[in-house]
Amino acid sequence: VRGSSMSAEVPEAASAEEQKEMEDKVTSPEKAEEAKLKARYPHLGQKPGGSDFLRKRLQKGQKYFDSGDYNMAKAKMKNKQLPTAAPDKTEVTGDHIPTPQDLPQRKPSLVASKLAG
Amino acid sequence: MAGPGGGGCPAGGHDLQWCFSQVKGAVDEDVAEADIISTVEFSYSGDLLATGDKGGRVVIFQREQENKSRPHARGEYNVYSTFQSHEPEFDYLKSLEIEEKINKIRWLPQQNAAHFLLSTNGRFCFKLRGQDKTIKLWKISERDKRAEGYNLKDEDGRLRDPFRITALRVPILKPMDLMVEASPRRIFANAHTYHINSISVNSDHETYLSADDLRINLWHLEITDRSFNIVDIKPVNMEELTEVITAAEFHPLQCNVFVYSSSKGTIRLCDMRSSALCDRHSKFFEEPEDPSSRSFFSEIISSISDVKFSHSGRYMMTRDYLSVKVWDLNMESRPVETHQVHEYLRSKLCSLYENDCIFDKFECCWSGSDSAIMTGSYNNFFRMFDRNTRRDVTLEASRENSKPRACLKPRKVCAGGKRRKDEMSVDSLDFNKKILHTAWHPAENVIAVAATNNLYIFQDKVN
Repeated sequence: VRGSSMSAEVPEAASAEEQKEMEDKVTSPEKAEEAKLKARYPHLGQKPGGSDFLRKRLQKGQKYFDSGDYNMAKAKMKNKQLPTAAPDKTEVTGDHIPTPQDLPQRKPSLVASKLAG
Repeated sequence: MAGPGGGGCPAGGHDLQWCFSQVKGAVDEDVAEADIISTVEFSYSGDLLATGDKGGRVVIFQREQENKSRPHARGEYNVYSTFQSHEPEFDYLKSLEIEEKINKIRWLPQQNAAHFLLSTNGRFCFKLRGQDKTIKLWKISERDKRAEGYNLKDEDGRLRDPFRITALRVPILKPMDLMVEASPRRIFANAHTYHINSISVNSDHETYLSADDLRINLWHLEITDRSFNIVDIKPVNMEELTEVITAAEFHPLQCNVFVYSSSKGTIRLCDMRSSALCDRHSKFFEEPEDPSSRSFFSEIISSISDVKFSHSGRYMMTRDYLSVKVWDLNMESRPVETHQVHEYLRSKLCSLYENDCIFDKFECCWSGSDSAIMTGSYNNFFRMFDRNTRRDVTLEASRENSKPRACLKPRKVCAGGKRRKDEMSVDSLDFNKKILHTAWHPAENVIAVAATNNLYIFQDKVN
């Protein structure tokens, strides 16, 4: 069965290449998972590697809050919606203005480890 | 693996039986982020066991002397010392929260009565601040005597006027309750811009390396304000970045050799004698891949999360998302052993990518004699592979199996099809219960397994 199509045409017979691809999806669980992922995120890049991905990894966990930026952004965008980031999938930078709610909680006062209890 | 000296081949080919020994930590339903254990490490002798957590705290356990009334039971580990190694900081200059999570603890070989360990948090500090706290050398020492009889102070503690002191009194050392003190002896000026993933003490006992995503630095334990950069893979143009360093370790015997692994599943072995900057490797280990089987996930799951030399120095082991591989240092073309940790997850990669589990960094470790290897999985399962018998077992760290000396029952996960009564289905695995950190006693069959905020200690069955 070909992928979803808006057309009402009768699908052509699959070429040998397409048939191999379909076979792969059936026999390789990894390729089946890849197809699932691409169906959910059609804009996902071809290669997960590469500089964008790695740079995101290098920044992982790093969140910042600049009160100056935040207040200016609030003032500018009083009537507009702030662009929101998809949870966890984009860097906290660029269009997305981090809000105090985005940041991890400030740490509580230092207490002893419960392993030593 | 039974028998004197432990960690060796099974006696008569029988598999090892693991039993519960102890569990440390709270039984809370809600686990605070700070309580999550982030590193576990036995000292060289195995008498001390250190843990670090995300709150920047270190807890060291010491093995008790064996009980004479129960000569066959091994000593238990009890709290010896605990201290705050790294503290949470907020860098006001850059509005950045500096994480205090202990990424790695490495013990130094013991040279005198005191113990020394290195601890590092992952975060970088900025030279602008002038305060560099990423790698610290801690001295753990015991004090069981106190000097008494000073005549320098009044009874209320105020210093006496020296001219009024007319008698010479020599203080006397008196015994006191044992006190274990941890004090920072060195704070190594930060030379890291990115997340530190490894520290490794050299066999020369004088130097150590620290590695972050793009660089590896060499330090001398006595010198805190300088380090040598020995590997730098940062491209001039960051757009050209294709891989990062994921782990690094010194060879256990050859002080000029170290390895580092990458996010692309490769390992490079470097010899510091060949050049000052080891950007050129001496050996390059990579398993050939079938290009037709390549998928979106291939590179992510090939990323190596841990690399460990065998005690013998002849092999090294790498952990990627689904497997553990043993490499012979003399053969770069492919590993000599590949052990599947949880192959059933291959058909769940889509969900594991969405919930970020696919990026979990599992560690691995060797038994003392290198005959077995261990690594963690999900649902608080951990896996052991006997390299001689080729048998493997899945065990679980759970409070339900925590009766003293209770033997652990092997667990099984059903990949698909008909599930047997005592098997678990893949869909019922708890992916929040990850065992990322495990450690094996250097000489005996005693293992420490970190399950989120709890530390389990298991031992082999003593006859």
